[in-house]
Order: sequence, then C-alpha cells, then structure tokens
Amino acid sequence: MIQPSPSSVPAPTPRLSAVPDDRGRFGQFGGTYVPETLVAALRQLEDLYIQVRQDNQFWDRLADLNRSFVGRPTPLYQARGLSRRARAMSKDKDLGAAIWLKREDLAHTGAHKINNTLGQGLLAKKMGKKRIIAETGAGQHGVASATAAAQLGLKCDVYMGSEDVRRQNLNVIRMQMLGARVIPVDSGSRTLKDATNEAMRDWMGSVEHTHYIIGSVVGPHPFPMIVRDFQSVIGRETKAQALRHFGRMPDAIVACVGGGSNAAGIFYPFVDEAMVAMIGVEAGGRDPQPGQHAAPLSHGKPGILHGSLSYVLQNEHGQTADVHSCSAGLDYPGVGPEHSYWKDSGRVRYTAVTDEEALDAFLWCARDEGIIPALETAHAVAMGVRIASEMPKETNLVINLSGRGDKDVSEAARLLGDRVESGS
Amino acid sequence: MNRIDTAFARLKESGTGGLMPFVCAGAPTTDALVKVLPALSEAGASVIEIGIPFSDPIADGPVIAAAMHDAIQRGITPGAIFEQVRSVRDRVDCGLVAMVSVSLVHAQGGPAGFAAKARDAGFDGCIFPDAPLEESAELGAACKDAGLTCSLLIAPTTPEARAKAIAEACSGFVYMLARAGITGEQKDAPEIEARVQLLRRVTRLPIACGFGISTPDHVRAVVQHADAAIVGTALVRRLEAAQKQGQPLAAEAESFLTELSTGLVPMRL
Repeated sequence: MIQPSPSSVPAPTPRLSAVPDDRGRFGQFGGTYVPETLVAALRQLEDLYIQVRQDNQFWDRLADLNRSFVGRPTPLYQARGLSRRARAMSKDKDLGAAIWLKREDLAHTGAHKINNTLGQGLLAKKMGKKRIIAETGAGQHGVASATAAAQLGLKCDVYMGSEDVRRQNLNVIRMQMLGARVIPVDSGSRTLKDATNEAMRDWMGSVEHTHYIIGSVVGPHPFPMIVRDFQSVIGRETKAQALRHFGRMPDAIVACVGGGSNAAGIFYPFVDEAMVAMIGVEAGGRDPQPGQHAAPLSHGKPGILHGSLSYVLQNEHGQTADVHSCSAGLDYPGVGPEHSYWKDSGRVRYTAVTDEEALDAFLWCARDEGIIPALETAHAVAMGVRIASEMPKETNLVINLSGRGDKDVSEAARLLGDRVESGS
Repeated sequence: MNRIDTAFARLKESGTGGLMPFVCAGAPTTDALVKVLPALSEAGASVIEIGIPFSDPIADGPVIAAAMHDAIQRGITPGAIFEQVRSVRDRVDCGLVAMVSVSLVHAQGGPAGFAAKARDAGFDGCIFPDAPLEESAELGAACKDAGLTCSLLIAPTTPEARAKAIAEACSGFVYMLARAGITGEQKDAPEIEARVQLLRRVTRLPIACGFGISTPDHVRAVVQHADAAIVGTALVRRLEAAQKQGQPLAAEAESFLTELSTGLVPMRL
C-alpha cells in the first residue's frame, strides 16, 4: 500500500532534475538505440532544440498558442465530490485529503497531448520539414498531431493499430476531419507498440522531409527530454495554482503512466521538491500474470524497446510481451526512461490499478464531479481517491486529469454493461 | 583467422565480389537453418547473415518483420538458434554472422554473455542494426574478446567524419546501407558508387552493401563497387513460397543463390 507521507520519500540526490546527460541518459536509462539511418535526424533535432531552449521568440510563440488556441492555463479544480468519497472510504475521521484535479481534459482536443504536438510542430517548421507523422494508441495523440498540423500548415499521417482503430473510432473520424491520413497497422498485436514500429519505419525512409512527433516521453534521445519539457507546462501551472489555492505545495501528486507523458509533465517541475510525494499509476489490467496487464514499472525489468533502455515487459528471451489494458492509451509494454530513473532513485512510487478499479473510478468521477474522464485518467482517479483516504484531512492531493472520456464512452459502456444505467 | 576475414581475403585475391545471403532463423520452418545453411554455403555464399528474430524490428520491412514474427510464434529462441548453428557448423564452410537487435543482446545476459554464446555456437561475427556508434563500445569490446567481428551500419545520411568513426569501431566488414528506409525488395538497382568511394577514403575494411538488393542485376550493380552484396528479403520470400508449395528449402536456397551469382562480375579495383 502506498504511504504518501512526506517522510517516506527518500531525499532526492541533488538536482534529480538535471537529466538527461549529453548522451541522453537518465542515470543508466535512455540512450539512442536506433538504426544509423535515424541518427542524423536525431542529431539535427537535438542541435535545434538546444538552440531553441534559449530562443525567447520560440517560447513566446508557443505560450501564445497555448493561451489563445489551447485555452491554457487549465484550471486546478477542487474536487469536493471525490474528496467526500475519499473521506467516506477512510476508517479514521481525521483522514481524507482534499482532492484537486489538474484539468488537462479542458485543454483543446480534450487531453494534455496538444502541449507536445504544438511544440514539436513548431520545431518541425523550424527544421523546414513539411510533413509530420505520429503514432497513436487511444487516438488522443493522433488527434493532437492532426490539430497541430492543421494549425501550423503541415501534412500529417498517423499510424494506429487496427485494434485501436476499432476501439477508438471516434478519434479516427476526428483525425480525418482535421485533414490527417490514418494508417491502420495490422502487424504484431495491432496496438500502440506496433503503430510506433510503423511510424519509425516510415521515418527511416522519409527522414529528410518528415518530422516524427513521438507522442510520449519514450523513444531515442532527445525525444524523452523534449516531450517532457513541452509537457512540463502542466506541472509549472500546478505549482503556481497550488500556491494560489492553498498556499503551499501539494502533499501528493498522482498521475497515470502509459508511456508516461502526462505524468512526466506534472511530476518534473516537482522532482527537486522533496516534500511532494509523487505516485505513478500503471495499467494493472486483469491481473499481474504476464500478458494480462501493461505495467512495466510494476512487473517488468530493464530492457531496450523503441530506442531507449527502460523498464519493459518482455519474456526471458527478450521478445516484447503481449500487454492488456481496458485503456488503449496505457496498452504499451514500455515506459519513458525518466520514469525508470525516478523509480530506481525512489523519487516516484509506481503502482498499478486494475481494469475493474479504473472502471469504478470512471463512474465515480462522472457522478461525483460531473466529469467523464478518459479511461487512462480513471486509473489515476482510482489510486488518487484511495491514497487521499489514507492522508490527513488538512493535506492536498492533486490528480492529473489528463484527458476527457468522450472517446471512451462506448468502450466503457460495453465493459460496464448494466452498471451504466443502474447508477451504482 | 576468423572465417569472415578469410572470406573477404579470398574475394580480394580472386578479384570477385561476394554474396551475403540473409536468412531469418526459424523461417519458414523452425529448423529451416539446418537445411538452408549448408545449401547456401555449398552454392558459394561468402558469408551468411542469420537474423535472430525480434518482436519489434524497426529497420525491417513487412516481409522480414512478418517472418520474424511468425518464427517467434513458432517458438524459435536464441538458444534454439545457437543449437541449430552448432549442429551444422562442420558442414558449413563460409562465415556466419548474427544480425541481432541490442534488445535481445541486453536480455541474453548483455554483450559479453551473448558474444560468448554466439562464438560457442559457431558464429564468426555480429551485426547490430540498432546500435549506433554511441551505444556500441561495449558490444565491440565483447565481440573482440570472443574473437567475433563486429559490424555497424553506415547509412546514406551518415556524414564522412562519422562514417570514419563508425568504420574504426567495426571489424570484419562495414555494413553499408544501399538506401535510406527499411529492408525490402526494390525495382531499381541502388546508386552506390559515390558512397563506396567515400567509404574507401575512410576505411580499408571490406564493404558489404544491403537493403533492397534482390536480383542478379542489383548484385552486379553493387559488386562493381562494394565487396559483397547482401540479399535478404528476396531470399526470405523465396523460401516462404517454396515451403508453401512443398518444395525442399535446401534446393530453393541453392538455386536462388546460383541465380544471384550470375550478377557477380570481376571487381574493378
């Protein structure tokens, strides 16, 4: 069981945030395990990004888009209904933290993914690349990429596993309406991992005129760093809003982790704040047996997938394992290397929530707050409420509400069956 | 002397180009290697590249990726591949090089563990398709310790200074990509003359060239400049078709290699 009391968190080594190094390493994790064909493009991206970091004009342009186009800052909202539920769950009347939701579901396109795609879209334009490609699982990154492409005048192709095309058809239609081409991927498990393979294969042959907007804090250096930086707007806003709303840092922050971009975005600005407990929630699926979940930090071991060394689910021979989650966005056997670094350093606790618990929390959030969360996000809600129920009353817990659940309503209805109407 | 070094020394002496067929272990049948390796060696392969199937091979096109996927489904493992190679090694004269993802190397006990097992099975070298120079130091050292050659990829996008550094980290031969993109059959022969000239300036190692080489004409175009032509997808597909039609794999491998050999012409040095 998670013990989020600040004293249980080991003091971070100085500047835990000072990663990656110039070889793209987060401690032992990360790196650049890609065919030589891609190295020139990764170098070009890294060199440009190092320049851009000092370029105020770039960040002003992104901040302007974030304000006027995305609707940032997204609110930090006090979730009284979920807080009440947490208090009711706790045995002790002195327990039950106040729960706050960081409302990334209110960002344009309905999830945090847009923070990254606009930033990388601007990078693509600076490199003179006129086409972007993306992989997508739940479709949110695909929609965000298609949106950035439409906004910035770029051509966009999105790879999506055919199983996910079925599960997330609404997002397929959205991408097409935004002018993107959706390419179904029939190889392997037909989900996010295979869509990522196909996007990388496309990039191998198109690298001179195409930028690959990877959708999470995964892949070869410099992607994990760049995506983290663009997503860190979530954590920076949360910090300022926490001070405004309750006058201090949050006591705990909870986020779901698939590849880990929403979690990295909200955690990163807090990693050097030792008093803030942070909990990443993976997809526990049906049970902890191999093939039944998508929780590499909870049940995997270090290995190399999609260009970097990180925790991964693989069999004893090194073949990537099958994964399962009710949520297409978490249905991925790997995780970003910085999360592996935070896990091994003890800075962030990682745990898993089952499909069933996530579906319960999906309904809690809808009925206690009037917010239908993404199924991915529902994992964080489930764990957030549980942890809040064990924390003292006067503490504050922030859940990153990474996305809205409109895309999930038919899949959730199918899984919930009678419970949709029964009100339980 | 390592069999791969011997093979390239022989080619140089005779002034001819060499063939490096690629086979995917475990495809089209679990024990296909046992039949195909002696046949390819007999038909005149200089070095045979043996692909160790990986679930997520990002440099490979649909034919090899599917062959690898199917081989894994059939139950092929690195351990079984080592056993198959060991069982035929005394009937195979040519060099054997393992094409293996760093993902598998990492899971097989790391570079030193993998290299020792490969050497004991009878491999002469390794190609690491997803280890760029920056991630290759440990792999190169492990190969050296085990007496294996170590080949890294050099791409059309690789600048000259970097190509030099990569070649310095290689032994046996350098693996020059004929094109950007992934493995798979192409209609036209690749234009490699300028790239080979560039590589000759930076290394004395033999140059093997692959990706999209599938016909005797392609082979001819490649060995006019490079030391050996690597043919993968076309052979994988031919073996699959033979298996479906109930034809013996050994005969198919031999006949395709003989056909490709018509593209070997004396090298212009």
